Parts: sequence; C-alpha cells; structure tokens
Amino acid sequence: MSEELHDVRLRVNGVSHDVRVPARRLLSDALRHDLGLTGTHVGCEHGVCGACTILVDGAPMRSCLLLAVSAVDVELTTVEGLTNPDGSLGPVQQAFAECHGLQCGFCTPGFLTTITAGLRENPCPNREQAKEMIAGNLCRCTGYQNIVKAVERAAELAADLPAELPADSGAASRVQA
Amino acid sequence: MTTKLFGTPVQRVEDQRFLRGQGRYVDDVGVAADIGSGTSMLHAAVLRSPHAHARILDIDVDEVLDLDGVHAVWTYEDLTGPMAEPLPLLIPHPALTHGRTQYALARDEVNHVGEAIAFVVAEDRYIAEDAVARIKVAYEFLPPVVGIDAAREATRLVHEDVPGNVGARLEQNVGDAPTAIAAAPHRLSLDLTIERSACMPMEGRGTVARWDADINRLQVWTSTQTSTGVRAAVAVKLGLDLGQVDVITPDVGGGFGVKINHPWPEELLVPLAARALGRTVKFTEDRREHFISSAHERGQVHHVEVGFDDDGRLHGLEVQFWHDHGAYTPYGLIVPIITSTQLLGPYKPQNYRVVFESLYTNTVMVTPYRGAGRPQGCYVMERTMDAIAAYLAKDRAEVRSVNFIQPDEFPFDQQMVFQDGRELEYDSGDYPALLEKIKALVGWDEFPAFRAEMAAQGRQVGIGLACYVEGTGVGPYEGAHVHIETTGKVKVATGLTTQGQGHATVFAQLVADELGVKFSDVEVVTGDTRRMPYAVGTFASRAAVMSGSAIHLAAKRAKEKVLKIAADALEADPADLQIVDGVVSVKGSPGTSIDLGTVSVLSNPLRYAFDEASKAATQFSVGDPGKPPVPEDEEPGLEGRDFYSPERATFAAGMHAVIVETDPETAEVRILTYAVVHDCGHLINPMIVEGQIHGGVAQGVGGALYERMAYDENGQLQNASFMDFLMPYVSEVPDTIDIDHLETPSPLNPLGIKGAGEAGVIPSAAVFAAAIEDAEGFPITAMPISPSDLFELRQQRSKETP
Repeated sequence: MSEELHDVRLRVNGVSHDVRVPARRLLSDALRHDLGLTGTHVGCEHGVCGACTILVDGAPMRSCLLLAVSAVDVELTTVEGLTNPDGSLGPVQQAFAECHGLQCGFCTPGFLTTITAGLRENPCPNREQAKEMIAGNLCRCTGYQNIVKAVERAAELAADLPAELPADSGAASRVQA
Repeated sequence: MTTKLFGTPVQRVEDQRFLRGQGRYVDDVGVAADIGSGTSMLHAAVLRSPHAHARILDIDVDEVLDLDGVHAVWTYEDLTGPMAEPLPLLIPHPALTHGRTQYALARDEVNHVGEAIAFVVAEDRYIAEDAVARIKVAYEFLPPVVGIDAAREATRLVHEDVPGNVGARLEQNVGDAPTAIAAAPHRLSLDLTIERSACMPMEGRGTVARWDADINRLQVWTSTQTSTGVRAAVAVKLGLDLGQVDVITPDVGGGFGVKINHPWPEELLVPLAARALGRTVKFTEDRREHFISSAHERGQVHHVEVGFDDDGRLHGLEVQFWHDHGAYTPYGLIVPIITSTQLLGPYKPQNYRVVFESLYTNTVMVTPYRGAGRPQGCYVMERTMDAIAAYLAKDRAEVRSVNFIQPDEFPFDQQMVFQDGRELEYDSGDYPALLEKIKALVGWDEFPAFRAEMAAQGRQVGIGLACYVEGTGVGPYEGAHVHIETTGKVKVATGLTTQGQGHATVFAQLVADELGVKFSDVEVVTGDTRRMPYAVGTFASRAAVMSGSAIHLAAKRAKEKVLKIAADALEADPADLQIVDGVVSVKGSPGTSIDLGTVSVLSNPLRYAFDEASKAATQFSVGDPGKPPVPEDEEPGLEGRDFYSPERATFAAGMHAVIVETDPETAEVRILTYAVVHDCGHLINPMIVEGQIHGGVAQGVGGALYERMAYDENGQLQNASFMDFLMPYVSEVPDTIDIDHLETPSPLNPLGIKGAGEAGVIPSAAVFAAAIEDAEGFPITAMPISPSDLFELRQQRSKETP
C-alpha cells in the first residue's frame, strides 16, 4: 500500500515550485528535501526552538508545525530569500556578521527570519523590545548577547536603506508568474 | 609590513555561507544530488528501548518488510564479525575495572530507555518510522537502577557481573590529608550534589554514507568532533582498510562535547547499510532521540572534609564523590578524573586526598559536556571556600587569596596525574591579578553599600565569586598542511573539526600573519580525513592551542621554502627577503620581487604546460641543467606540513562574579550583574573568545538555575523535549556580561595561547550557589536550584528556626 500523494504548488522566495507530497509531509521537510532549500533547519520538530522559522505572508511561523499541503496560496520566505536582489547580505544578515551574532549557525536562519519580520513591525526597537523580538528562539552557542546587538544594528542598517528594500524581500512584488 | 591579524577582532569568513542559508550540515548532504535523480537517498530510523532495564526475549520484524518503501531492517542477529562485538571502550584506564559498552544494536538486554534495538532503512524517514512502529519486541522486565543513591545501595544491579554497580574506584593522594585535617585548627564537612544536564546542541547527531563500488571505497559524513576517530572505528568495525574509508565532517550545528564520543551505533550502521544496499543512506537524530540516546553529564554527589587555620589557609582537603556514568562507559573515566584533579583550581591545599566511585545506572550514558567534570570540581572547591569564609566570618575573596598559588611559583606541580596521563603541572598564571580584576569589575568592595540600598527598598540581593583553573589543549597532537597554489592562494588543512568556533577565521589569521599573505587568500578546511588524516579531535578547549600551533608551524615551513626558492630566483640572501601581501621582495629594494604564485610554479618542475603560468615551470625553463630538477632533500610543491605535540596541557584560568536578586515571595532568581575575568594567554581573535565566554555563561545559567534531567523511578526521562527541559532563551541570560582579560602567555606553545572554549561554563554552579546563599543567608548545597527548590528551602528553614 502506497501513500496517497498530493500535488502542491509552493511559492518560496518569489518562485513557484510544484511538488507531489503525502499529506503528512512537514513543510520544513518539503522545503529542505523536496525543494533543496536546506537553509531552513530543524532543531526540535515540536515548535519550541524556532530554528525552522520561515515567513508566511511575512509573518514568522514554525515550518516544522505546518504541513506542506497546507502552505498553498501563501508567499513563503526562507533564509535564502533574505539577501538583497544583488546578492549582498540583507540588513539582518549583515548585522549578524558585524556583531558576531552566530557561532555554529544552526539556529541562525530562524533568528534572521524572525527579526526580519520583527523589524517590519517595529523598525526602531529599544533593548527590551529587541530581546522580546527574539525571545521565542533558542540558541545554544552565543548566549544571545550578540544577537540582541545584531537586532539593534539591523534596525540601523535597515533605516539607512531605501524604504522598500528591507521590507520587501521575498514578498509579492518579486514573485515570478 | 602586512598588518598583524593576531589579536584583532576579524569578522568571520564562514558567516557568509551561514547567513545565506548555504551552510552544509550533515542533514543537508546529498540533498541537491538527490532531487530529480532516479536513485534517491535512503533514510534510517531506529527502534529504541521504551524500558530502562529489560531482557530481550524476542524481536519480530516480519511485518516490517511488507511495508512499501522499506529496504532493510537489522537487529543484533544480523550483525557479524567486529560489528557483533561491543562498541569500543575508547579510553581504557587501569582503575576502570568493570568497563562496559553497548552493542551497536542491543544483544540480549537493554540498559536504558533509548538504547538502539533495530535499524530500519526506507525510502524516507516517515516510512522508516512507520516500519519501526511495526517491530514487536518481547521483554522481560528487570528492576531499574536510577540515581546515585540507588546505584550505591546496589540492592539492584545494572549489569549482573558488576558488583555494587561500581565501574571504577580511583584514589589519588598528595601528602597526608586525613592527618593534616585532624591536626588543623578548624574543620568542616560538606555534602554537595549536582544534577544531570546535557550538551543539547541545536543540531543532533547525524550520519550519511555512500559506498562507491567502482573503487571499493566508503565515504562517511558525520556530525562529529573527531573525523579521524570515526574513520578508524568504521574501518575496524566494517573490516575495511583505513585507506578505504574517508570521513568528512561538514558544518556541525554545535557539539559541546557529546559529539566527541564515537562511534555512535548509527555511525556504524549507516555505513554498513550503505555498503549492503549500494545506496546513499542517511540517519538524522530527532530531538527526543537526542535526549534519550546520546549522552548526559554532571550528575555527582560529593562529601568534603577540610581542615584550615585562622586565616582560612587549607591544611588538608579530603573529597569523596560518586559519579553517575549511566548505563555504559565508552569514554572511560575522563569526567570524574577531571573533577578530581581540576577541583584544586588556583589553590594549593598542601594535603589532598580524593577518591571517587564511578557508578552504573539504567540511564543514558555520560560523556563530557563542556567543562567535562570541571564545573562539579569548581563547585565543590568554591563551596568549600565559601563555607570556610562563613565559619571564620572572613571576606570570601580574602580566604581564596591566602590559598592562591603565587605568580612566582610557576610552573606549579600539583603532584597529581591529569586526564591525559601526564603530571598536573600548571604552566603559567597570575591568580592575585585575576582576583583584583574581578573585584573591580563586579564592584566587590562596594557591594555592602549596594546591599543596604536594596534592603532599604525591601529587595534582597547577594553576591558570589568563583575561581577556576582549566587544563586546556591536551595532547597527543594535531597537525596541519599548508599549500600555496600557483594562483598564490593558500589552502590550509587541519584534521580536527569545527562546530561554531570560527576556525576558518582564526586559523586563516595565523597563516596570513606568518606567510605575509592576504587574509582573503587563505582558505581553511577542518575535519576532512582526505586532507589531513592525522588528527585527534575538538574537545578540552584544544583547537586553538593544538591546531593553531600546528598551523603556525606548518606555515613557517612553507615560508622557509618560499624564501629559499625566491632567494634563488631573485639571486638574493633569504635573510634579506620579506613577504608582504603575497609578494616576496628584497628588503629595501621593492622592485626586486616575485609573487607567491610564481614561487609555487617554480617549486614544481613540470613536463607539461597547461596554462601561461605553468609554461614557466616546464623542463626547458627552470633550474640548473647540471642538477636534478627537484633538489636533493626537497619535494616538489610549495607546501609545509608540521605537527604540534606538547609535553602537557596548558592551564587557563578565570574568575566569575554574579550579583543576584531573589524574590521574597516567588523565590525567583534575577541576575543583576555578571562579570568574567579570563586568562587564556594571548587572544587570537578577541571577538571570538568573548563569544565563547557569552555562550558558556548562558549554558552555565541553564545548568545552575533551570536544566536537569528529570528521571522517574522507572528510568523514564520525563522532560525529554524542549517544552520541558528548560534551556535558556534570551529572557533567562544576563542583560550584559562584563568581561575583562588577563594575558599570561603559555610557555608551552609558540603562540603563547591557552584554550578558551569551555571556560564560560565552569564556575556557574559555584557562583550562583554562592550568590543565592549570600542573598538568602542559608547554605546552598544542591544545584541546579529552581524557584520551587529555593521556596522549599525557605520553608524548611523557617520550620527549623522558628
């Protein structure tokens, strides 16, 4: 007996992908193993660590708690979609590099997506708000000190950019037909 | 001169990949090749014991192979030859008289929840897990031994043939502690416990293997802290020649110790399956599996007897402790040996007796977790110092101070045998200077005024101090290979692995400095046995010391060769040459120069030209026709290879201080100030060292206030998820960590460096216990301590002293 498969169109980082998956396939697994977007990492598979956080229509969500078949008709943004159109690092990524906000790098994609969404909501966070922004993500290497700094630095970098750039990465305007 | 990079906060080169989602962790391996190809990778899942202690009567796998997409299933019965033997006991020790290791798949008995019983390979992980659920095992339940008390009582045994559940008993004596204590002006005894925690890297274990039937060669990717260790083990277990096995450690999502143990069952079963099935096979551990089938650490119970004089000076110290090593002992006695030796810290107790028993329990086995027994040792010694100070009503810093080894006493021989079998001899340090720094940094002398100010507001605060010494950079050796290519780019390989320490950056700093090349022209590879087959691994804060030194030496050798060849080409004396930004020139006449790429071309006489640069190296272009093209005692190629093997470890040191506030109602502990002074000799990259300290402190906060392995009496781990095992989020760590450095260089290595990786976590239990005790006014003797624990202690206290 074979599992029933479902045709699903996933729109990720502005590109549409057609995949055929069982109903139980996690979105995190579909992104990683069916689309090859291995930047999204799986740290706990029960929605606590935040490593697999992606943006769903701009809102941070845990891709290990979503089924691929349920992720249709939405725009998904993964860490691969956070770079600027010219391939340079986006403001949150750049801030992490400058502030030594990562060590092993495994939890990092989840922080980058979470902060990208957080800064859209609150472009000028104070220290407490910066901490609040990342308070649902686990990191075992950095002790968070430099991640908090990176949130603040990312806000500065984003403020220096043309308005639509940081707010727009991976959103509807770049979707290919 | 090219600007020196040693000592500067160079941004990490590896971040460019990680930040773009281009890291390559073990679960990412093979994915790109897999998509769209006809022969997809296979995935493994493991049936694990649901019982802590049971005899296996029967395993029925009949229903498994009926399942669509299942390729194979292995149980113990299917294993042959060396694979059917127990896994290696990696670090034997004469005192480990009853060492036991597990089988790759359980043979007749399971000894902890999570022990591997069957291994299924299927089209994907989902199907493999479906198959695992169909395996039927008949068990005969045996009574489990859970916790140190039960192990010591020994009314039940973990292994029938291990009397008293005692795997090892080890005693070391310096002087005559019992006599000295009996004769001392004052005596105290303490009982101190510390519970289990675990490394919990964000990435669990994982292995991928491919068997290439065309060349009879196995390629293994594994998330390990030792590529060479896994390679040797896989070769032996699978009956292959070492030359048939390559092990590549890709990016590793954190290790903290647990990945130094090897081979894990899956590290053997995945290659076995890959060879048997002729397909690429992958195993990726999930989080629950990591909790119940990897390793834990820290659980120990200690009894201290100490004798001292009116100044608080130690006359004698006697420590007995009981170490819970879980169901098996693959990593030998390393953790308790480190506790027993590193407990001494910066002090000279004059007379010291330590004896430990390493005990079996039906729980996950114990292997080193960042600090590896030092946090327990530091906790015991520092609690003792605090108890002496309290007894004498003296300042806690002062009592420590009178016991310090003084700066003019180095090298200082503690007259014990350390974890590497070498003398416990401290190479350098300045503990009084560290104490002055930490007191200034945390505001030690100003604290009474602060306490009074807080008390006036109805707030309760306490301050704690803890000192440690850490033996880092243990042997036996590491090696490095430096290759200057004809493009002038420099390729560096060292065999130990990387799990977030920024080796690609710090090692490139060393090479750029030594060779005089641009930092961006240096590329470092770690943990690939094809590039450097001689290596030990990344543990014991040894990477910078061991591989850093080896790389420095290998770069020196490459430079010697550069200068020799360039001197010939430029008709100059090698002593008159300099290398700046990859160009060799005669000092004082910069026009007379040759770039490193051309030197590399000249180093390798060619018969065949393949591009413009190589034309210059063909047989009609180079060399003296009267001499061999490759000079005697030389080799072709512009390379340097060297190894670093020190006599003994180098000893880093540091002190932490914390000010906490304890809530009078809820007993919550809030961190107000956290201060660290740290001496790891010369810093290669201060940004990376401070990052290591930050991470260590956060793990220490977890270990002191939140993390414990909650086993019930049946040996079930009740908090085996991130929902219930409380690792710190940003909301639990200090707002800031104030750091100051002291640099007393090590005389043992060419760079004067000491290890820094573990330091941040070592004094945590000690320093929090001290601060909470100071705030509450009653002894804290068990860690970690939760608000509920503290609340209970207050209740007990108020009953005892109405």
